[in-house]
Amino acid sequence: MDLLLDAVVTGVLLGCFYGAVSLGLSVSFGLLDVPHVAHPAFLVLASYGVFIINEQYGIDPLIAGLLITPLFFVFGLIAYRLYYETFEKRGSDAGVRGIAFFFGVAFIIEVLIIIQFGVDQRAVTADYIGKSWRIADTRIPYRMLVAFAVAAALTIVLTLYLSRTFMGRAIRAVAQDQEALRLMGANPIRVKQWAFGIATAVLGIAGALLIIVAPVDPTLDRAYIGRTFCVVVMAGLGSMSGTLVAAIILGVAETIVTTMVGASWAPAISFAMLLGVLAVRPQGLFGRRS
Amino acid sequence: MTKKVTEAGSISRRRLLTTASAGAALAASPLGINLLQAQGAPIRIGMSMPQTGGLAGGGKPSLLGIEIWRDDVNAKGGLLGRKVELVVYDDKSSASETPAIYSKLIDVDKVDLLFAPYATVPTAPIMPLVKQRGLLLIGNFSFQVNSKVGHDMWFNNAPWGPADSWAASFLDIGQKAGGKSMALLSADQEFAQNLAKTAREVAGKRSLPVVFDQSYPPNTVEFSSIIRGLKATKPDIVYVASYPPDSAGILRAVNEIGIGGSVKLFGGGMVGLQFGSVMESMGSLLNGVVNYNSWLPEKSMYFDGTKAFFEKYTKRAVEAKVDPLGYYLAPFGYASGQLVEQAIKATNSLDQKGLAKYLRENTHQTIVGPIAFSPDGERKETAVLQAQFRGVTDKNIEQFRSSGKQVILFPDNLKSGELVAPFEAART
Repeated sequence: MDLLLDAVVTGVLLGCFYGAVSLGLSVSFGLLDVPHVAHPAFLVLASYGVFIINEQYGIDPLIAGLLITPLFFVFGLIAYRLYYETFEKRGSDAGVRGIAFFFGVAFIIEVLIIIQFGVDQRAVTADYIGKSWRIADTRIPYRMLVAFAVAAALTIVLTLYLSRTFMGRAIRAVAQDQEALRLMGANPIRVKQWAFGIATAVLGIAGALLIIVAPVDPTLDRAYIGRTFCVVVMAGLGSMSGTLVAAIILGVAETIVTTMVGASWAPAISFAMLLGVLAVRPQGLFGRRS
Repeated sequence: MTKKVTEAGSISRRRLLTTASAGAALAASPLGINLLQAQGAPIRIGMSMPQTGGLAGGGKPSLLGIEIWRDDVNAKGGLLGRKVELVVYDDKSSASETPAIYSKLIDVDKVDLLFAPYATVPTAPIMPLVKQRGLLLIGNFSFQVNSKVGHDMWFNNAPWGPADSWAASFLDIGQKAGGKSMALLSADQEFAQNLAKTAREVAGKRSLPVVFDQSYPPNTVEFSSIIRGLKATKPDIVYVASYPPDSAGILRAVNEIGIGGSVKLFGGGMVGLQFGSVMESMGSLLNGVVNYNSWLPEKSMYFDGTKAFFEKYTKRAVEAKVDPLGYYLAPFGYASGQLVEQAIKATNSLDQKGLAKYLRENTHQTIVGPIAFSPDGERKETAVLQAQFRGVTDKNIEQFRSSGKQVILFPDNLKSGELVAPFEAART
């Protein structure tokens, strides 16, 4: 029973971490329909940015993540403009071409990281890494509590931004009907570019979490492609709070299966859950019917 | 135009005859043979090596070790009077890449000799091909890839020795410390599963109960729940067979969750804890862990050429951006070159069967010590070290260059200290 309780607690924390690294994709893929398979590569790139700041200046990884956020926002603006000019505006098959584009970007990022940092694992230091909070016989790693707090904060901020601000509403509008937005005099491409910038900026913080939770290496992005897309699709495209809840469901399922059945089964159970959800609710757990 | 070609052809034939006569005369003398071979095609050694992907952290220093040997041997005039050249492809740490790469090396590049890639996973799929073609293959730290294939021209540079010796030495240490039960945690891939299999067999022979036996899939992010499950079974000995991306995660979870007071010995087969960057980033979390290794900077580990090799490696590792320590794989890459160098010099030939016969029947002096092979191409005797991390501090890679940070517990002839147990006591 204690083990089950431990598994649920760990699962919630792990799920929050999954949620945090998937939120950016929920905007870029969920709202904008951009097949952003380079999302995890951007994430790993952000981790290396955080690593440099932490290593060189001893700045806390979370603050380092905040510091690189504006850079990643600009990076996102440029990346989307490049994608739009070279692929999206060229026709109906842009989606398929877009996947190729982002795969290419992911490989370029991976190789650039290898050239710059080598292939070794990199980690950061902070007071909350490697220590745990003790409650009776249970110990909870502080780094996972940090992931929980940051994921909750990011979800709230993004939800408020998308629902309360003019630009946020414009982003939701462009996700629903791009042509209608154009008829109202707004430029949907600029709105999408801004939204892609926001999605990439979020990765600054998420990248900090990635390297806080575990050491990173240049090819770590491959481990997160399946997980992040699974979370976003299961949540229902474009729902921020739904993304967090879906990630928590996934995290809890993984840890319960790991504890009670065996770790080998965890990925299979996760993707079986995704298939099950899509069979019953094709729009995802929190998506609206089109 | 036609005339010119004809005249040219006529002159060319005359010149050809003159050149051929002079060439034949030159070739008749021993000096002539050397000159011709030295000016001829280099001896080409082909291999794939993980330079990207999860195994690249090992592949790159291993390749650097081989390159240092190539440069040393070429500086001495090469082999058989010919320069040595390496033909290397990146296999991206993937087992699916290597069969095609080795087919190309054999059929298109037509290399003279083959070295295997670093690690078990990329090596396993090329074994049937190499056996079918009857080619010599120098293995590079793979584990038990020849046990079922039975290729008699396979020679592994790794210090493993008999299949069960790795687990046996670890369990020996644990049982001497009073261990009466074992937990087994292994990665879901070939190398780790081979280790886990031999550990189960050794435990079975010794009637040592295995109270926890779990594998985890690649890309596991968080190990807290696995460690909690393991801790609940209260084992005395914890044998971990993990790969680099996971080893750090497991150790971090052990530090945060705790492993329980019953554990006397923890570690065994954790790949990654031999690499400088991982050791540096793990720092004091390593204390107490008893893990395998291949080479450590203890007095007993220096042989002819070892010191000179590490002087060169340390300089070149910086510009190559590879493991600054390079203890685990680089000297064995160099030793691979020494093996073929000695065989070629002794047989004065590149005949693969002759080279294999020489390698099988002799003991070879290398910078990692004398190497002799058993019929299966593995070491006759294990030279795998089991060493305990002691007194390691955070963020200091230079500390690992001095002796005493990894105390050798096995083998007896290289031993430099006694086990500190239980595990939790050794961590302080």
